[in-house]
Amino acid sequence: MPSARVVKNRTEFEGKIYEELALVQGADIPAWSADAELRHVGRSRLRVDGPQRVSGRARYTTDLMLPGMLHARVVRSPHPHARVIRVDAKRALALAGVRSVVDRTSAPELFDEEVHYVGAPVAVVVGETEEIAADAAHLVEIEYESLPFVVDLEEAIADRTRVQRKESYSRGDARRGFREADIVVDARYTTSTQLHNCLEPHGAVAQWDGERLTLWESTQAMFDVRKGVAKAIRARLDDVRVICDYMGGGFGSKLGHGHYSEIAAVLAKRLGRPIRCVMDRREENLVTGNRSATVQRVRVGATKDGKLTALEHVAWSGTGTEDGWVASTTGPSNGLYEVANVRSEQFLVLTNTGPFSAFRAPGYVEGTFALESAMDELADKLALDPLALRRKNYAKLDPQSGKHYSLKRLDQCYSRGAELAGWSRRKAGGTAGRHAYLRRGMGVSTQVWGGGGGPPAYATIHLNADGTAIVRAGLQDIGSGTKTAIAQIAAEELSLPLERVRLSIGETDAPYGPASGGSMTTASLGPAVRLAAVDVRRQLLEVAAGLMEVRASEIHLTDGHAVAGRGGKKLALDEVFSKLQNYTVIGRGSRHPNPEDVRLRSFGAHFAEVEVDIRTGAVRVLKIVAVHQIGRIVNPLNAKSQVEGGVTQALGYAVSEGRVLDRLSGHVMNANLEDYKIPTVKDVPDIVVEFVPDLDRRANNLGGIGLGEPPIIPTAAAIANAVANACGARVRTLPITPARVLEALRR
Amino acid sequence: MRIHLTVNGLEREADVWEGSSLLTALREDLGLPGSKNACEQGECGSCSVLLDDQLLCSCLVLAAAAEGHRIRTVEDLGKDERLHPVQRAFVDAGAVQCGFCTPGFIVASYALLRDNPEPSEAEIREALSGNLCRCTGYGKIIEAVRRASREMYR
Repeated sequence: MPSARVVKNRTEFEGKIYEELALVQGADIPAWSADAELRHVGRSRLRVDGPQRVSGRARYTTDLMLPGMLHARVVRSPHPHARVIRVDAKRALALAGVRSVVDRTSAPELFDEEVHYVGAPVAVVVGETEEIAADAAHLVEIEYESLPFVVDLEEAIADRTRVQRKESYSRGDARRGFREADIVVDARYTTSTQLHNCLEPHGAVAQWDGERLTLWESTQAMFDVRKGVAKAIRARLDDVRVICDYMGGGFGSKLGHGHYSEIAAVLAKRLGRPIRCVMDRREENLVTGNRSATVQRVRVGATKDGKLTALEHVAWSGTGTEDGWVASTTGPSNGLYEVANVRSEQFLVLTNTGPFSAFRAPGYVEGTFALESAMDELADKLALDPLALRRKNYAKLDPQSGKHYSLKRLDQCYSRGAELAGWSRRKAGGTAGRHAYLRRGMGVSTQVWGGGGGPPAYATIHLNADGTAIVRAGLQDIGSGTKTAIAQIAAEELSLPLERVRLSIGETDAPYGPASGGSMTTASLGPAVRLAAVDVRRQLLEVAAGLMEVRASEIHLTDGHAVAGRGGKKLALDEVFSKLQNYTVIGRGSRHPNPEDVRLRSFGAHFAEVEVDIRTGAVRVLKIVAVHQIGRIVNPLNAKSQVEGGVTQALGYAVSEGRVLDRLSGHVMNANLEDYKIPTVKDVPDIVVEFVPDLDRRANNLGGIGLGEPPIIPTAAAIANAVANACGARVRTLPITPARVLEALRR
Repeated sequence: MRIHLTVNGLEREADVWEGSSLLTALREDLGLPGSKNACEQGECGSCSVLLDDQLLCSCLVLAAAAEGHRIRTVEDLGKDERLHPVQRAFVDAGAVQCGFCTPGFIVASYALLRDNPEPSEAEIREALSGNLCRCTGYGKIIEAVRRASREMYR
């Protein structure tokens, strides 16, 4: 058994770099070469769990109905800031089927005395059915003392006590850089609060057996749920088992445990029955996280020929009541272009609104909109082609570390994207549509992101005596198809058909696995799975060699046979397996550290073509071309789906989505799927997706990194730039509504 | 209150609260959680079922109003391990990601193809515009409906 060692590792997660120690075993292997003949990896394979998902057999957390299970509903504050004076549950408790009502007096561990946003929890009602609990929740009488509040971001920015500087970055001397500039663009951009609206609501079901808690939870990070809940209820890690088999979307909002997890765990113990606590759609829109609204100022200076001399980016992000962290909105400005003088600052702004959370490429989505809009404004002033301006300032080395990239093919993303989009048709000032009032335009924008993944991640593979394999890993599949990718990687190295590889995932009584977030799941876990499969193969070859009476080093596996190099002696694996009988071959693999001398980042370019009705301001997005570079694509079919989905969420962000707050009451006015407009099948344009085929062989033993977040990053700016190109309306506020287009046209 | 209805070909009886939706009755009382609850206001279509062959959102129908009617849910489309061509097409086209909206899309697509064997793209978009998906870009869902149409009526 290979011995374990501790290694230093650097991982980029959600736009921030973490240096941590990791425990690894054995040695890593190189990535498959470009000419390796792979049978599974790199090929489109259907989702291994597709039949379950289309037949209604897949069981999500919200589908769980345990015998004796009770339902918990949270009573929430209608005030954006208040002190809870008194909770009177008499009428609620009198309703038939209500089992318990708890508030701060009876469960101080679950509630605060002060509430800081509309929707903050004040009490919980437990009933025999969800309907009873929901009904009774209306009967809980609560007396509040109203306190002053601010829900508007701009208003909060003006209040120093609500603003914290969280990140600042500089290189060179920005002031000098602006002096050297011939042209300076100085613009202010604002973006709206985007709500995740995963189709499966957040929620958990808790069941106790003595001291052991089993918690079913719709989560992207089972191990973080385990850690968080164990801490909250002061339990040992082995006493908390988290299960997440199928889950219906997360997009960053399900990375930690929720208040609902604690409610379910605490009350299930108290009442001695399983408790289900699942949010409804309104709660999804109030309390389960959001993408920060931002106010951003971008100043960019350049010489007459378009060489950037200075870049300054200051971002204020409204985090609601979250005062721990803020997303890195200025990340793209710090790291995308070759510019000697950069200064950026990132502020966190507290408002009396629901706490923000990670949302698919947090910060980079907002920041890229501002930066890439400003780049187009600069191109306009310089009368340069926007693509030429970007190429002129192309960073060959990572501007922040000075290191080489493990792979950077952004130039190819630009050229291939331009070809697919027909960029040569683009004209300064746009082109005419079918009618005089219709204007057409094209825009481009750039994506940069991390997603290299890293340790810790472990997997074991059990090979059964009939030649089937079970991959065991601490993995949850958020819906991206990780399960299928993992099965492909194992099948590849084991030389098995895909249907002979089964996955045992979705619970924490397994080796640690990464969160399904940060575009890092496959890049973190995949290499460990591959090593576990290599370990199985090595052991299998040893057995075969013994049976064939040759040295293990002389044989290899192919087509279900062990073949000796010389003489061509062959032994069917089925025969090997039959000799094994009840033995289990156990292979183990761990994720090794990332290379230190290079930076792992993914790149991409989006091109948008739009049509603007200059009478009404309506924007119709006709086509999005998305070209990305992440190195090896494990499953092209699922990778394309991932990009199309990311582009579609970005389309919503660009033109239709945004939380609407009432400044006077602090209420969210569109906390439902009718008034909060996510794109429908009638809104989506033609989306063309391609990947640069080059491998990222330095990144890890797969030769590729993550794709979850990149496709949502550049789209909004590409659309804004296309609108400006079409009709001259530079909209600096998202979403780009007809009213904003008309206003920009009047300027 | 007691209700009697035919669900997926079987006579069923359930004891439901007077205010219960058909969706709740299906999921919690009749053991059929394939229809999903995602918005409870008829906006997302995840709870789509057929009531006397008519496509509707089961969250908008009172369970009591389903008394004496025939209901078909996603669980009834494929028999045992054999998927219905619509279901097969969703898998084959890669039209499924997290899968939470999928049962609703499957039922809505089934209803579309039953009434219109060869829908145009515009007709597909119109017919599925009552179903929301947050993961895919809908393109592969449109493709799945086309595939299913070819498979069923070729």
